[in-house]
This record gives sequence, structure tokens and C-alpha cells, in this order.
Amino acid sequence: MTIRLIRSIVGLALTSAILSVIMYRLNSPLAAVFELSVCSGLISVIFITTVSFTQRISKERLLIRRRERLARFLYLPFIIIVAGVLLMQYLKIPQFDLSVPAKGPDVRRVLWNLRHLDLLGQVIILLAGVFGVVILFKETDK
Amino acid sequence: MLSSFILAPLILLLILNLPFEFLRKQIAFWLTLSLLLNQILLPVIHFWLPWSIYPDPLGRFFAFKLSLDMLSLIMLFSIAVVAFVSLLVAKSTLATERRKFNFINLLLISLIGMNTTVLATDIFSLYVFMEITAVAAFVLIAIEKNQFAVEGTFKYLILSIIASIFILTSIALLILASGDTSFKGIYAAFSSNFNTTLLNFAVGLFLCGLLIKCGVVPFHGWVPDAYSEAPIAVSVLLAGIVTKVSGIYVMLRLFSSVFVMGESFGNAIMFIGIISIVLAALAAFRQNEIKRMLAYSSISQVGYIALAVGCATPLAYLGAVLHFFNHAIFKSLLFVNSASLEKKFGSTDTAIITGLGNQLPVTSVTSLVGLLSTAGIPPLSVFWSKLIIIIALFNSGRFAYGSIALLASVLTLAYFLTLERNVFFMKPEMTMDTEDGIPFSIKFSEILLAVITIGVGLGLPFILNALTSQLKDIIH
Repeated sequence: MTIRLIRSIVGLALTSAILSVIMYRLNSPLAAVFELSVCSGLISVIFITTVSFTQRISKERLLIRRRERLARFLYLPFIIIVAGVLLMQYLKIPQFDLSVPAKGPDVRRVLWNLRHLDLLGQVIILLAGVFGVVILFKETDK
Repeated sequence: MLSSFILAPLILLLILNLPFEFLRKQIAFWLTLSLLLNQILLPVIHFWLPWSIYPDPLGRFFAFKLSLDMLSLIMLFSIAVVAFVSLLVAKSTLATERRKFNFINLLLISLIGMNTTVLATDIFSLYVFMEITAVAAFVLIAIEKNQFAVEGTFKYLILSIIASIFILTSIALLILASGDTSFKGIYAAFSSNFNTTLLNFAVGLFLCGLLIKCGVVPFHGWVPDAYSEAPIAVSVLLAGIVTKVSGIYVMLRLFSSVFVMGESFGNAIMFIGIISIVLAALAAFRQNEIKRMLAYSSISQVGYIALAVGCATPLAYLGAVLHFFNHAIFKSLLFVNSASLEKKFGSTDTAIITGLGNQLPVTSVTSLVGLLSTAGIPPLSVFWSKLIIIIALFNSGRFAYGSIALLASVLTLAYFLTLERNVFFMKPEMTMDTEDGIPFSIKFSEILLAVITIGVGLGLPFILNALTSQLKDIIH
């Protein structure tokens, strides 16, 4: 359990890092910085808190689980290849007119001056997350 | 004034979490109750004294873009009534003081989420606050930490994340197509007929997300688990309002006044609606547990609203809004009834509970009101909303859908009457003490909700007049 959770945290951090690279490449450095700081920092902290409340599993179960997992995903590469070939053959993506919207106001102005409601929403989501972690994982009813 | 619907619960939440013991133990419940009572009264007062024209002292510091119309007024009222009842039920059913306090905190977060979802005029804010409501609901379902409830939460979590991915992608596409996130800007993009393929794709994705959030039939796996395993106060809140605001309300709002929906989308929604109505009603037949039966009935009733949204005529929207309100009230009533059964017996299994009519007079009378209303018996409230939906279907030439909806209503009557006969009117198998032992708060909620159900049914002509004149402006 613990190992899997830690792996998922690493995965999350990696995804977030890749996402911010993509955002940077797409010419929005501020969004990239936000992504990196919020996701890698804050969410990881919450997850580590969660991990600290869990217990480890025994070695034997871990081995069994590893074997099971291998068996479970044996057919996956095959499916992916077949699906890929099929998609390449038959899928015709409709042509969207992807006109880039006119350059809007500066991201900083958008965030701090125009989108108060969303900013408040982000704060409340974090609050709800903290409540969730505390209520579900930390408290024990006596 | 409008921003106080968001800021007041937030400020209360922060005050309650100050490190003072007396706040937590004594006055948390009463403060929250009075906040909710305030929110019940404000929409009612608004009819005589429109408070939205008054200045907004708190809102001056924030650039919130909110708006209020008839639809959001009805939603605010339903949210407040259901949350009020759920708080009353929580007071007498949750085990420890600590748990009650946690419930109050999460209820307030959920209230902020729902109120803002209802008042938002911007599709991204709408999404953010839908998520807040969902996060609070995840924790609420698992608040007692029993295994099945956690399973229900997990299913809800996974499906909800999938729904969020759909919705977020759709929002990205909408921004791409319209360059704006406000409802007005998106509607303008739809009416300018530019980039139709992209817009239709976005609407389709959004619709998929919303259908998962509503829990209609192909995506209903989490509903029975979540509703039946959560503590009953949470079931009241979830079944009555939470999933309805984040699924049905958003669907109503977007499809009535923001998106321009093609014929094919309407047909798809109606098809899913009718499948939900019939399959969920059949599934409800097989349940022995009252809470599971109510969960399936909830899926079935959501099907009626989906049917009306898909029909997309003004009359159908009227029926949908009315059915939404009625559903919030009668579903909460039935869950509160099951709370008093659980309080009395420690179980809601119909095999154990028989012949309670004499022992629980308040519960049996109010549940009869709720069950008959659900089945659409005149003059109770749901009869009218179902009637309007079915007339709208017939008027727009969808006779097959209308007839199936009509017949499914009989199915609802059948399973609820069987339930009513077993639980309340059969001869009791065991003798019980004459004292019913149901706390006042539960009895009060039962009576309040039953009175609203009867009142809306009897006073429909007045309500209908007010609704039709005001809703006309919302629907494009």
C-alpha cells in the first residue's frame, strides 16, 4: 500500500513537471510556474500526509501482488498495437478551425483582478481537501 | 447581497474552526441552523421585497460575477431546505459530537459549492464550484468510515474524476471556440454559427460529464452504494440536492440558456432519460433495503428531468424545474422517514420491519404523503410536475416517450405501495413499546417536508403563474 501510494505521488509530480514543460513550450510560462508550484508542492504535501497514516504490507503479499500484476497486463501491449493500427487505418479526424483566440490580458491581471471567484474556489477546495484528510485519516473515534 | 451566499458560510466555517471549545460544542449547530434558515427565508422574501437591488457591502471587495434569476432562486431555496433538514437529522443520528462537528464543516463547504454553482455566470467558475461540492460529498459519504461507504465513495470518486476530465476538456474547447468563459460569450459563439463542429464536440463532452454526475442509468453504479451506505443525514443531502445541483441544475442552466442544442443531443438525452426511468424503476422492485430502493427511485426520477431537458420546449423546462424542486423535497422526506425507521429498529430492511403504522404515526403518515407524491397521485406536488413533463412530450410529438413515462409512473406506484403495505400497514410481528422514541428534530423535518409537498401540490396555480412569467426570460 505504502509503496504504491508513494509511487503514485512520484507519478503525480512527474506528470505535473511534464505538464509544465508543455505549458512552457506552448508559450505560457506563468501557467507553467503555477502548475509546478501548486501541483508538485501542495498536492504532494497532502499526499505525503496521507501516506504517513498508512501501514505497510508484508513481503509475501507484495511478491504475490507483483506476479498478479504482471499476469494482468500481459495482453496490454497487444491491445495497444492493434488499437493503434486500427485507429491509423480508419480514424479520420474532422478538420477543426483552431483559430487561436486573440491575445487576452496578462495572466497576472487575469488571476488577481478578474477571477476572484475561481481563486476563492481554489482556496476552498484546498480547505475541503485538508478537512477530508484530517477527518478520514487522522481522527480515530473513541 | 449575492456574494453573501458564498461569503457567509465561508466566514461561519472559519469562525467555527477557531480554537475555542464552546464554539465547537454548543453553538456550531445553532449558528449553522440559523444561517440555513436565513437562506430559506431570503428567496421567499425576495418575492415581496427584491433584495438583489440593495447594495452589497461584502461584495465590494471581490469581483465576483454572479447573477440571480428565477431558476437560481428556486435552487437556493431547495438547497437551503434540504441542508436544513439534513442538519436536523444529523443532530440526532450521528454518533459523536466530533462527528457532528465534522458534518457541519463539510455541510458548510458543500453549501458554498452549491450556492456558487447556482449563482455563477462563468463556465469555469461553475466547474470549480461543482468540484468543491463533489470533494465535500466524497468525505461526507465516508464520514463513518465503514467499509461499504468507503467503497461507495471510491466509485463516486473515480466516476466523478472521469466526468471532470470530460467537462474540463469541453471547457477548453469552448474557450478555444469562443475566446470567452462567460455564459454570454459562449452563447454568442453558438449563435454566430462559427466553428459548429468544435462547439458540438464540446457540448457532447460536457453532456457526457454531466450524465455521469447525475448518475443516470449507464453511469449509476455508484448511486445505490453511496446513498445507502452513507449516514442517513448525508443520504438526505446527497440524494436531495448535492448530485442534483452538480448534474441536473448545470444541465438545465446550460442547455436552456447557454448552449444551442442540436436535435441529436436532445434525442440522446431523452433516450438516456427514458432508459433510466424504466430500468431504475425495475431495479427498485428487487430491493429489500429501503435506502437502496430510494436510491434507485432517485435515478428513475432524475430520468424524468433528463427527459424534459432533452425535449427542450419551454413547457418541458418548466416541468423540469418543478420536478427538480419536488424531487428535492420528497426524496429528502423519504430519507428522513427511513432515518426514523433506522432509529427505531437499527435497520431499514423491509424483511425485518413490518406493521409500524400504529407505533410511528408521524412517520407513517408523512411517508404515505411522500410515496404517493413520488408515484404521481393528484393533488400532491409530483403529480403536477410529471403531468407537465408528459404534456410537453405529447405537445412536441414524442408520443412514445410520453407514454412510457406515464406507464413507468405506475411502476413507481407499485413498488412504493408494496413497501408502504409491508412496513406500515401489515400486522406487526413483534410487539413494541408504545413510546416511539423518535427525536423531535426528525419528526419536525418529516412534517415540514410533508407540508411543503402538499402545499406545492395544492397551491400550484399560484406557483405556476410566478414560474411561467419569470422562466420565460431565462430560456433562449
